[in-house]
Amino acid sequence: MPRFEPWSAPRAAGIIAEHTHLEGATLPILHALQEAFGYVDEGAVPLIADALNLSRAEVHGCITFYHDFRRERAGRHTVKLCRAEACQAQGCDALHADILKQLGTDWHGTTADGNCTVEPVYCLGLCANGPAALVDGEPVAHLTVDVLEVALTEVRQ
Amino acid sequence: MSVTIYVPRDAVALGLGANKVARALFAGAESRGLDVTIVRTGSRGLFWLEPMVEVGTPEGRIAYGPVKIEDVDALLDAGLTTGGAHALRLGDPEQIPFLARQQRLTFHRCGVIDPVSVADYRAHGGYRGLEAALKLDAEGIVAQVRESGLRGRGGAGFPAGIKWNTVMLAQADQKYVVCNADEGDSGTFADRVMMEGDPFNLIEGMTIAGVATGATRGYIYLRSEYPQAFEALKEAIANGVKAGVLGENILGSGKTFHLEVRLGAGAYICGEETSLLESLEGRRGIVRAKPPIPALKGFLGKPTLVNNVMTFTAVPWILEHGAKAYADYGMGRSLGTLPIQLAGNILQGGLIEVAFGITIREVIESFGGGTRSGRPVRAVQVGGPLGAYFPDHLLDTPLDYEAMAAKKGLVGHGGIVVFDDTVDMASQARFAFEFCAAESCGKCTPCRIGATRGLETMDKVIKGIRPEANLKLVEDLCEVMTDGSLCAMGGLTPMPVMSAITHFPEDFRPAGSFPVAAE
Repeated sequence: MPRFEPWSAPRAAGIIAEHTHLEGATLPILHALQEAFGYVDEGAVPLIADALNLSRAEVHGCITFYHDFRRERAGRHTVKLCRAEACQAQGCDALHADILKQLGTDWHGTTADGNCTVEPVYCLGLCANGPAALVDGEPVAHLTVDVLEVALTEVRQ
Repeated sequence: MSVTIYVPRDAVALGLGANKVARALFAGAESRGLDVTIVRTGSRGLFWLEPMVEVGTPEGRIAYGPVKIEDVDALLDAGLTTGGAHALRLGDPEQIPFLARQQRLTFHRCGVIDPVSVADYRAHGGYRGLEAALKLDAEGIVAQVRESGLRGRGGAGFPAGIKWNTVMLAQADQKYVVCNADEGDSGTFADRVMMEGDPFNLIEGMTIAGVATGATRGYIYLRSEYPQAFEALKEAIANGVKAGVLGENILGSGKTFHLEVRLGAGAYICGEETSLLESLEGRRGIVRAKPPIPALKGFLGKPTLVNNVMTFTAVPWILEHGAKAYADYGMGRSLGTLPIQLAGNILQGGLIEVAFGITIREVIESFGGGTRSGRPVRAVQVGGPLGAYFPDHLLDTPLDYEAMAAKKGLVGHGGIVVFDDTVDMASQARFAFEFCAAESCGKCTPCRIGATRGLETMDKVIKGIRPEANLKLVEDLCEVMTDGSLCAMGGLTPMPVMSAITHFPEDFRPAGSFPVAAE
């Protein structure tokens, strides 16, 4: 079963409508859209702008400011690798080079089979047990190439 | 009678297989005909022992750890449910020296209780702070916070009582309490451990703040990198509303406090309070110029109390035990306890809540037990990515806001990241610029342009292109960033850079160009 729904403007409008009562609704809307579709489609920009009485430029500016919001569909799974100092102290730089080589992709890239997208992240709060990662939101501590492979197999199930 | 087994749901424990261990314990107990109840707790913060499983026995709790899934059968066969002997048996968790030597005022329930149960929270002393607060008037509550000496635990160390007083005195139809839970500093996890392990402590602290300042609405701005904390907070808030400790007529007092948790979106700068407020309002997280201060014009232009998780969670204890009891801990103008987070290349990393004044060396050596790699400690970064790198001769500095500042360092959010002798300080200095370039909000020029130029210049130094002249340029640039940036992002990025250059100059010389001093 695919993890994300295909982009649909009516469905997006429905999601937006569920959030317009909130104070400062933009981020909750963007998170909800990404949760549903795996990214924020360009077509969502005018819908959000209309619903919140903002200019399209403001919505575009908001989406592009935050690292979390993707503008293209991601792979089936998302791997977030921590690049911050505590993980550096545990040798994450060399490990990341190995992982990216093994997956055949670069930061923000998706593997050729569409299985996973790799994103850098600065700190997951697992700093005493690094290197650390989040695989589809599930924490992984003491990361190695093998540990990541196991984690990816488990989320595939 | 059913035996209770406690298995953490903290992200570190989960990252080391706690869910699988919990399932295996349940299945293994069932197949042996043992009647067990599994309670998912937070973590006590002894991270090298996670997943740390505890069993309730007539003699109190007995801990085992670190438990791997393959240990479960042997543990059950050894009589884990009655506290039986096994190589992983740690005994009474509170007697483990790492924990026994702490002063856990804020974290005393973490790892002990079911984090989302109001009943469990109250059974362990929860809501006594709010009950005490409800007997006082607003001035009385603010006086307690002021007299406790509590300073903002997010990093700036601003006296909490002054902020609370300003919001209390502000006149408006609506005021807000906002919790800064955008704990972005590398090497810090105290907020996360608290929100996953004892979220009601935060909820209670924010409720007291609401009662004191007259704010009826509150938001927790949580970083999106903490999905487990998000779930715990949502669950706790929903349970709190049901139990009458949130919403209308809290504990029958007639007071109202509505609380909501909001997710950030991966921007480090949103840990800066004005940028956080912009983000909460639904805009780009661009820093606001101050004044006006958020206490007078904050969220949606209304008076807003913004404090860090650790600041709010200190408050219930202060209200319950009195300001003086809290101020009895600590040194100088740094009163109370500091939740220190020991991380990086460390044997025994975790959460250490002790009174201010402990030295960095004591934390690393007597709590941490040295590096995980077994190699000597070479550099220690204190206070997150904007904190200084200290060499060995500065490790006797006490963790105290003023003492750290005197050594050109900062306490920040209390994170300590240890590096062994394989670290290359030039690349750490380079990373500080790289991080600032990636995370700068772009509003002020010194930070926006300075970070990128700093990165380019540091690259030249590393490549050996006119290293002396380029290092001078970096130092000059750091001065401009320190003096000219709008907020701490650009203003403090020079701290890790300059501390690396000052304390580890040998790493900035191209190989072979200078004689290396004999050890």
